[in-house]
Amino acid sequence: MSATSKVLTFGVAACVSGAIALSITPAKAWEPTHPIEIIVPAGTGGGADQMARTMQGIITKHNLSKQPVVVINKAGGAGGEGFLDVKNSKGNDHKLIITLSNLFTTPMATGIPFSWKDMTPVAMMALDEFILWTNAEKPYKTTKDYIDAIKAAPDNSFKMGGTGSKQEDQIITVALQKATGKKMIYIPQAGGGAVAVQLVGNHVDSTVNNPIEAVAHWRAGKLNPLCVFDSKKLDYKEKIAGDKSWNDIPTCKSAGLNIEYLMLRGYFMPPGVSKDAVAYYVDMFKKVRETPEWQKLMSDGAFNTTFMIGDEYTKWVAANEKLHEDLMKEAGFLAPKSN
Amino acid sequence: MFEDIGNLMHGFAVVLQPQNLLLMVVGIVLGVIVGVLPGLGGANGVAILLPLTFSMSPTSAIIMLSCIYWGALFGGAITSILFNIPGEPWSVATTFDGYPMAQQGKAGEALTAAFTSSFVGALFAVIMITLVAPLVASFALRFGPAEIFSVYFLAFCSFVGLSKEPPFKTVASMMIGFALGAVGLDQMTGQLRLTFGSETLIGGFDFLIAVIGLFGIGEILLTMEEGLSFRGKSAKIDLKVVLKTWKELPRYWLLSLRSCLIGCWMGISPAGATPASFMSYGIAKRISKRGAHFGKGEIEGVIAPETAAHAAGTAALLPMLALGVPGSPTAAVLLGGLLIWGLQPGPLLFVEQTEFVWGLIASMYMGNLVGLIVVLTCVPLFAAILRIPFSVIAPIILVLCAIGAYTVHNNTFDVVMMLVFGVVGYFMKKANYPLAPLVLAIVLGDKAEVSLRQALLGSQGNLGVFFSNALVSTVMTLGLIALFWPIIQNGISRVRGALGASRPAQ
Repeated sequence: MSATSKVLTFGVAACVSGAIALSITPAKAWEPTHPIEIIVPAGTGGGADQMARTMQGIITKHNLSKQPVVVINKAGGAGGEGFLDVKNSKGNDHKLIITLSNLFTTPMATGIPFSWKDMTPVAMMALDEFILWTNAEKPYKTTKDYIDAIKAAPDNSFKMGGTGSKQEDQIITVALQKATGKKMIYIPQAGGGAVAVQLVGNHVDSTVNNPIEAVAHWRAGKLNPLCVFDSKKLDYKEKIAGDKSWNDIPTCKSAGLNIEYLMLRGYFMPPGVSKDAVAYYVDMFKKVRETPEWQKLMSDGAFNTTFMIGDEYTKWVAANEKLHEDLMKEAGFLAPKSN
Repeated sequence: MFEDIGNLMHGFAVVLQPQNLLLMVVGIVLGVIVGVLPGLGGANGVAILLPLTFSMSPTSAIIMLSCIYWGALFGGAITSILFNIPGEPWSVATTFDGYPMAQQGKAGEALTAAFTSSFVGALFAVIMITLVAPLVASFALRFGPAEIFSVYFLAFCSFVGLSKEPPFKTVASMMIGFALGAVGLDQMTGQLRLTFGSETLIGGFDFLIAVIGLFGIGEILLTMEEGLSFRGKSAKIDLKVVLKTWKELPRYWLLSLRSCLIGCWMGISPAGATPASFMSYGIAKRISKRGAHFGKGEIEGVIAPETAAHAAGTAALLPMLALGVPGSPTAAVLLGGLLIWGLQPGPLLFVEQTEFVWGLIASMYMGNLVGLIVVLTCVPLFAAILRIPFSVIAPIILVLCAIGAYTVHNNTFDVVMMLVFGVVGYFMKKANYPLAPLVLAIVLGDKAEVSLRQALLGSQGNLGVFFSNALVSTVMTLGLIALFWPIIQNGISRVRGALGASRPAQ
């Protein structure tokens, strides 16, 4: 997939740079005139926050913008606060928002009135992977060991830790329950880092942490990755923990767990922004992707580096929203329709 | 161990380079400014200034950032004492006695005591980090939801029954706080609570908005009612006040030591600096001979919370480095910085990045010392602010409060909320309802609720989870003892009284 996505990216990139070239000819290209705000609809220290702050650092260090970039966390209401802010900043060319799956799950679970259709899609920067982790002290060496243990025990014997309620981690947990036929106790925490530490301290039995949230504990020999919730193994072959690399983790599918889940790390802008501004940020993000710092972040976090813009991105988001709607409906997480 | 000390000495060599010393002073001064402006706390300050450091080496960058952090911590005490406006959650307890001291013309003493205690607390925690870092990190891992709840429980219990107001009013005030804290998203179910369909309420009530309003605006309203005075308070501008206060401080060594221990423990268990300061204040009031005078301008009431808060704030950096879990919002932003420099927090950071880690620890020692010198020399200057007539300073405070409230979430609605809280604070004070329980409940209420529900979810509703191991049982028992201490004390004195009465009869 990486080969095809590269070709795709290249093709799209060529089209867009063509478009930029065109827009340059008649008038001067759009440039920011005051500081650029990046809204993070989540708390400090989480995956989206880390990515936004790394990008802020890259843009500053490599002088990719004449105006400074400011990162603002608006985490209230499972990120609803941040999305509403962007939705209500019609025509503001200096505002961006980085998304996580709460782009879909928050309006569905809480009824907070926003949707991605209220915003202008800019670019998909990457997709975040999910891995099934257990404590290394426990006897589960493979996914099968763990699943068999769950199946052999009565309902609610195993605890799954995760970030937030009715969001991606719990969606995967519900899928896991369906696959094993056993209920698990899902314990929501405020952030991914805390989730991983609860697993290291043996306060839960497993987690579905993103790679970057748990990698430090894996390297220290405290946690054990069982399988990755993707259709193929991760690309990164560099040794991380002992002689293991990300690439050595089997897919959950191959271990008999037919669950796939990837999370969007992409950017949106408020409605009604100028096309030139969008083109400017797309161009800036492309430059960001070429820097060594970005590549380091990608390999540290074992990200899926698919990059999408324009119609392709919009179509992907629409399809992903449908997927979430089905998953949320199945799990019984949809908010009662009141207004 | 010896290798570690060698590393630390090497760290000092790095920190003492002239360029790094300069960065330290710059960081402290920026930090104090950030800390003095309410709302623009350490986390915001570090976040805003983070990009400045990207061109530096990681070690220089962390030195500067942690100095901004120290500066902000020191700065938070200034507004608490002078204007009754805590800039950070853990400065709330400092206002209880610091502000009355300033009102009595003892602002210099209060500031000196606060700064020195902060330094002592932080120093104690750094020494602990130096000596027992690996042990401490594994202790932090023992805290699951039940253990975390027990710590919050202890914090609430050691604070109940403190105020002189009738217990009913204390409970009422605390319940209002719990209700306000519950507004917004319920983390456990992912549902909105008490927002009444309003989009502005989905983020809930931020603690800082409530505090700036209740304390800052409320205080201004009360003072205005007493009439606008055109004379300032008398405040001597003399560095001697620092030395004079220092002479008194060694007397309180036991109090300081106890506060340091409370602080370190709360910092490592992820409860943090806010419960540490409240708990330390509560226990000091219980134990002190002058306990009855607390709240009227007692220097012990400044030393206890400041020492504990800073010991906790410093100790909280350890779980961040060793486990990757930030103990405070500021630590979270620092964590982001580490990642940008390609440093991965976690158990291996101490092994793989020795130079960075020991450079950071050395900078904690030096940053605190430099910070103490900088702020102490400014004590007379800060105290002199009170000489400015109230009618001049009040509008300035009002504007600063409004800016502070706005900065928290870049939201104009928050400024309106601040004014509403100000009026509420005014009436509560008039009716003798204590504000502290309300604030404590807003800050810790939802966190305590979440860990309680996490624990009960895990145990399938079995309350036995709070007595399931030695650690959690001990903390819960301490909490219960603290809660019923007045009754226990009463009982003891009655038994004694009965014995005393029966003796002559024998």
